[in-house]
Amino acid sequence: MSINRKIITKNAYRITKERGKTALRVRVPGGHLPVRHFETIKLIADKYGNGSVHITTRQGFEIPDIDFKYIPEINKIIRPVLEDLELSIGVDIVELHKGYPAAGTRNIAACIGNRVCPFANYDTTDMAISIEKEVFPNHYHVKIACTGCPNDCIKAHSQDFGIIGMTEPQYDESRCISCQACVKNCKKKVTEALTFKNYSVVRDEKRCIGCGECAMKCPVGAMTRSSKKYFSVVIMGRTGKKNPRLAMPFMKWAEKDVVIQVIKNTYPFIDKYIDKSLVKEHVGYIVDRVGYKKFKDIVLDGIEFNDELEVAESINFGGYWYERNNCFEKPV
Amino acid sequence: MGYRLKPKYFDDVLSALSKHYDIMAPALMPFETRHSAQEVVGYRKIESLKEIVVDKKTFFSPKEILFPPRETMFYFTDSKIRESEYEEKNKIILLRTCDLNGIERLKNMFLNNGDVKDNYFKRRFESTKFWLIECDDGFDSCFCASMNSNKADSYSTAIKFTEEDILVDSNDNMFSELFKSYGVEEDYKVSFIEKNKLEVKVPLSENINPAVFEHDIWQEYIKRCIACGRCNTSCISCSCFTTHDIIYDDNKRRGERRRVWAGCHLDNFSIMAGGHDYRTKNGERMRFKTMHKIYDYHKRFGKHMCVGCGRCDDVCPEYISFSKCINKLYDIIEKENDK
Ligand code: SF4
Ligand code: SF4
Ligand code: SF4
Ligand code: SF4
Ligand code: SF4
Repeated sequence: MSINRKIITKNAYRITKERGKTALRVRVPGGHLPVRHFETIKLIADKYGNGSVHITTRQGFEIPDIDFKYIPEINKIIRPVLEDLELSIGVDIVELHKGYPAAGTRNIAACIGNRVCPFANYDTTDMAISIEKEVFPNHYHVKIACTGCPNDCIKAHSQDFGIIGMTEPQYDESRCISCQACVKNCKKKVTEALTFKNYSVVRDEKRCIGCGECAMKCPVGAMTRSSKKYFSVVIMGRTGKKNPRLAMPFMKWAEKDVVIQVIKNTYPFIDKYIDKSLVKEHVGYIVDRVGYKKFKDIVLDGIEFNDELEVAESINFGGYWYERNNCFEKPV
Repeated sequence: MGYRLKPKYFDDVLSALSKHYDIMAPALMPFETRHSAQEVVGYRKIESLKEIVVDKKTFFSPKEILFPPRETMFYFTDSKIRESEYEEKNKIILLRTCDLNGIERLKNMFLNNGDVKDNYFKRRFESTKFWLIECDDGFDSCFCASMNSNKADSYSTAIKFTEEDILVDSNDNMFSELFKSYGVEEDYKVSFIEKNKLEVKVPLSENINPAVFEHDIWQEYIKRCIACGRCNTSCISCSCFTTHDIIYDDNKRRGERRRVWAGCHLDNFSIMAGGHDYRTKNGERMRFKTMHKIYDYHKRFGKHMCVGCGRCDDVCPEYISFSKCINKLYDIIEKENDK
C-alpha cells in the first residue's frame, strides 16, 4: 500500500496503529457547534468507520477505523462542516472538496464561557473563532485555548497560548454599603487584592487578577465590570515526554487585538528559529532554545499596545524534567 | 382627562421637564454587575423614551433615589457639626404600583415612625414627583395583589406605554398643561392589576404565635441561604441602615457620619457591640425578614411591609422564593389553627 504520510497528515487524517486504517479529526473552533453537524459525523462513522467517534481533549471529533481509500469520498462529505465552521467564519480554504487544508495548528479550544458560565468574563467561543480565522490553516504545531476566567476550566495553562478573560473592577464609592462581601471573598478565594479602609474598598492593582469575583459578590452594583474586556495570556505550557510544565504569565490587561496579533506574530518567529533537522519542534522548545527575549521582541513587533497592557520582563519556566526525576525507590 | 402622545412628543415633554427635573426611570444600567454580557435594568436618569425599559422588571428598586445606598449625614470637626447639603435637582420617578406602595412603606419608617422625622429622606421625598407606570399583566414573580399593593393613588401622573403611543393622566396642573400642548385629549384613566400569576396567602397576624419561630421550616433556609444580601438590597421596602463615622486620613480632627444600607441577610447587620452576632444562622435571618415583612411592620402601621414586588425572588442566586416561604408559613399556621 502506498500512502504519502505527510500529505494525509496535513489533511487531518492520521496514521493509526492498525495498518491500512486512518482516523479523521474534525475541528470545532471554540468547542461549540450546531448539532446538525452530528449528522455528518454520524454518516462518516457509520459508513466508513466503525460507528463510533472519539471526543478529543481539544474539543474535536476523531472518527476512527477508516480505510485510506475512502479519504477523497469522506472529504466531500465533510464539506458542509468545513463550510460552516471554517469558511463562514473567514478561514481561507480554497479547495473545499479536498477536506482540511492543515492540521498542525490544533483546534482552538474554549471553556463554555459567558454564553453559559456565571464566572466567565467573555465569549470564549467567539474569541476562539476570531483566532482560528487568523491562524488557520497552518502546519506549525501550536496549541491555543481560551478560558473565561482564571478558574481555567479549559486548562489553558497546558497550552502554548492560554487566553484568560479579565475584567477591571469598577468601584463606585457612592453606591458602596461597606458590607465587605467583595473584600472577604477576594481574600478567601483570590489574591487578597481588596482591603477595607475607612469603610471603603481599596484595590491593589498589582494583586488584582481581574477575575471579576468582586463584581459577582457585590449586592448593590458598587463593584461592577469594566465595559472593556481584557485578557491575560499565559504561554508555553506543555505536556510531553521531556519537560511538562504549566504555561507562565506573559501579558496582562491585553486587548483582544493585541492578543490576536501576538499569536499571529508567533508564526514568523517559529519560521525563523525552528530546527528543521527535527521532525517537528514545538514552539515551547524553540523558546527554550533561543530565549524568551527573542520571542518577546518578535511577537511584540509592530503591535499597537493598549495603555493598560503589561508584559512579563522575564519568565522563569518551571515544570520538571523526567530525566532529572530520580528520587524514586521501592516502597517498603 | 387624559392625553395621548406620540413618542416624539413625549420626548419633547421629557426634554422640557428635564430643565427642572432629573427624570429617573427603569433603564439599562451603564454597567455589568454579576455576569458579563448580561444587561442590568435599574434606575437611572434618562433623557428620552427609548431609554425606558418597560418589558423587564428592574433588578434594583427605585428606593435608592430617595434612600441612597450611601449618604453623608453630617460633617464634624472636634467642635462643630454641619449637616450635609442637599443640592440635587427635583426628581420625577417613573415607577410601578408595587414600588409606589413600597415608597409609602419607606415613608412610614422614615417620617411617621415616632416624633423625629428623618430629614434625609424627607428632603428627597418632598422634591420628588411620582409617575405611575401602568402594568399590563405584571411579571412572573409579582404578587402585589396578594399584598394589597396593586392599587395606589399617591401619584402625580399615570402613564401607559402602548405599542405606538403614550397615554397619560396627570393630577398635576403643570404636567397636564404640558401634556395638553403635546398630545391629544383621550379618556384615559389608569387601570390596576386585579390578580397576579402568583397568589400568596399571608397568614393573619392574630394567628401567628411564637411557636412558629422554632418551626422546622427555617432549617431549610439555614442550608440554602448564602447570606448574599441581594434580597435586601433589591427590596423596595427594606429600610434598615447602619451608620459609620469616618475620620479623614489627612486631618484626624475632621470627619463625616455616613449611613449605608444594612440588611438582615447581610453580614454585620445584627452584630452587637462586642461582636456577638445573634442571628448568625442564615435561616434565622430568613425568619427575621419574613416576620418583619409580614407581621411586625403590620402591627405597627396596619399594612404589610412587603408589597409583593417579587424582586427578592428574581435576584436570589440560590433560587429561594420569598413568596413560596410565605405560602408555606401560611399552610403551617392555618393547620395549627385548625387543630
Ligand atoms: S474557566 Fe471560568 S469561565 Fe470558563 S467554564 Fe471555568 S469557571 Fe466558567
Ligand atoms: S477582580 Fe478578582 S482579584 Fe481583582 S479585586 Fe476583584 S476579586 Fe479580587
Ligand atoms: S461588596 Fe459592594 S457594597 Fe459591599 S463592600 Fe464591596 S463594593 Fe461595597
Ligand atoms: S420582600 Fe420581596 S416581594 Fe416583598 S417588597 Fe421586598 S423584594 Fe418585594
Ligand atoms: S438573596 Fe437568597 S441567598 Fe441571598 S441572602 Fe437573600 S435569601 Fe439568602
